[in-house]
Amino acid sequence: MSTQSYLELWKLTKSYPSPKGEAVIVKDIDLRLKQGEFVTVIGHSGCGKSTVLMMVAGLTSITSGGIILAGKELDGPGPDRGIVFQSPSLLPWMTAFENVMLGVDQVFYTADRVEREQIAEYYLTLVGLGDAMHKRPGELSQGMRQRVGIARAFALAPKMLLLDEPFGMLDSLTKYELQEVLLQLWRREKTTAMMVTHDVDEALFLSDRIVCMTDGPEAGIGDIIEVPFERPRNRLEVMEHPEYYPLRERLIEFLEVHAHRKAPTVVPETAPAISKAKEKVEPELVS
Amino acid sequence: MKWIQRLGLDAVLLPLVGVFMCLIVWSGISGKSVTTKTKDDWGDVVTTTKRTGISADLPGPMETWEKSRSYILNPLAKRGELDQGILRFTWLSLTLVVQGYLIALVVGTPLGFCLGLSKTFGKMFDPIFQILRPVSPLAWLPLGMVLFLSAKIQVPGFGAYTASELAAVFTIAICSMWPTVLNTAVGVRAIPQDYLNVAKVLKLSPAKTLVKVLIPATLPYMFTGFRLSLGIAWLVIVAAEMLTGRPGVGGFLWQQYNALSYSHIILCILTIGVVGYALDRLMSFIESRLRAA
Repeated sequence: MSTQSYLELWKLTKSYPSPKGEAVIVKDIDLRLKQGEFVTVIGHSGCGKSTVLMMVAGLTSITSGGIILAGKELDGPGPDRGIVFQSPSLLPWMTAFENVMLGVDQVFYTADRVEREQIAEYYLTLVGLGDAMHKRPGELSQGMRQRVGIARAFALAPKMLLLDEPFGMLDSLTKYELQEVLLQLWRREKTTAMMVTHDVDEALFLSDRIVCMTDGPEAGIGDIIEVPFERPRNRLEVMEHPEYYPLRERLIEFLEVHAHRKAPTVVPETAPAISKAKEKVEPELVS
Repeated sequence: MKWIQRLGLDAVLLPLVGVFMCLIVWSGISGKSVTTKTKDDWGDVVTTTKRTGISADLPGPMETWEKSRSYILNPLAKRGELDQGILRFTWLSLTLVVQGYLIALVVGTPLGFCLGLSKTFGKMFDPIFQILRPVSPLAWLPLGMVLFLSAKIQVPGFGAYTASELAAVFTIAICSMWPTVLNTAVGVRAIPQDYLNVAKVLKLSPAKTLVKVLIPATLPYMFTGFRLSLGIAWLVIVAAEMLTGRPGVGGFLWQQYNALSYSHIILCILTIGVVGYALDRLMSFIESRLRAA
């Protein structure tokens, strides 16, 4: 089982000391991701889904439990996980290119300068910033800045991609565009991805599996939904798929009704489900 | 007032009106020399010169100009160590200020970074900084004298420094350091968590984090500190030169006070004001260029 999973969260718990005793944000999260899988964690704002992602990123400390990525237990942040933050978090005194180069220089320090520049240029071109890569974030629109954020994450050649509500601050048209950009890059790079969002349509369009989190305190995994749509996905086809609306309803119902239920003590066995999803995804990844 | 604005004259005209009004008040309260001739009891003519007015000894605007014109019209003249043109005095003062100011920046900026970055360092030294910060230059100078009493430092290219010069530089440095220290610390604390997360995720080395993230993010705050520090450094110069008797604008002011030549005090005050304003403008200009870059 553990040999199959690429990322494994094991009894992951986060709590803060508070005047009324320990405030438990998330409790006993067990989750396994297969290599190349795109998993979305969905839940109400403040339910602790971002906390889980930030623990995987290493930016938030783990109270108990553990995270294993590619056979190694994670300890602190590192460039092996490319992160796309909600705000693009670009350094405003550097151009888009320099922002990407900052990461590339760290990861590919053995490569020579020209090669590293080529990597940065390649990813910036892929996200559609070929002409604007030497502009500073201040001169770019919010959507373009997030494109730089995506390019920066992928340019690290990370083992994993972590996306923290990456399109939360964008208008819906830009959001659609960037979802396509993200999906294209993800298919090209075959990076394992974990995304946090509260947008049901975004989750359905992008992911292989959707993990629904119950509300905090002591938030846990309430439900895991397989997304059966074939890849490569086309937004219209996905929306016309007979399963789309039932799944969408199921998700919304979960968010509305079941969200306040306490996390189940026995977490459903997910490993067989993963392999099923994987089988469906595999042909598209090759194509 | 509308027509003034329409002509774009308000920027020039209104300040002139303000200056004129101040000159009137100044003339009003200043004293005048009045020469009277009287016959005394023995029939001799006695000439007496007396100053009259609200503040009898304060020279008026015209008198100030008459007595100061040689210093202004020959700004680079050097008639003696303590009798030089006003620009020459300004230059002497500026060189001293710059030395103290640069020391303040070199010492203050790293202190500010430490204060902003480390809570332990902050807890250790912040109380000391808060206590030392309001101490007047007049209080620091004697300590500086004591500190450098037996020191005679030879700096290549600058010549030898006497104890009083070192004390003056020390006073300028320690008084003007605080805005740089505190503003840098505030700037470091104000760095958005996002930027720090980027540094953490990319595992930048401490040196690279400093150069690529911390310093650029703090730069606007640092420059505000630098600008305030320069203002204070210039403020301190008068006290430093007064007490050390060094030639310069402040030294000249004190010497002329002792020589009962009150017009020159006003000349010095105006010079100090103009130079201080020019320095502040200069720093603002550099600051705005930096922000735009």
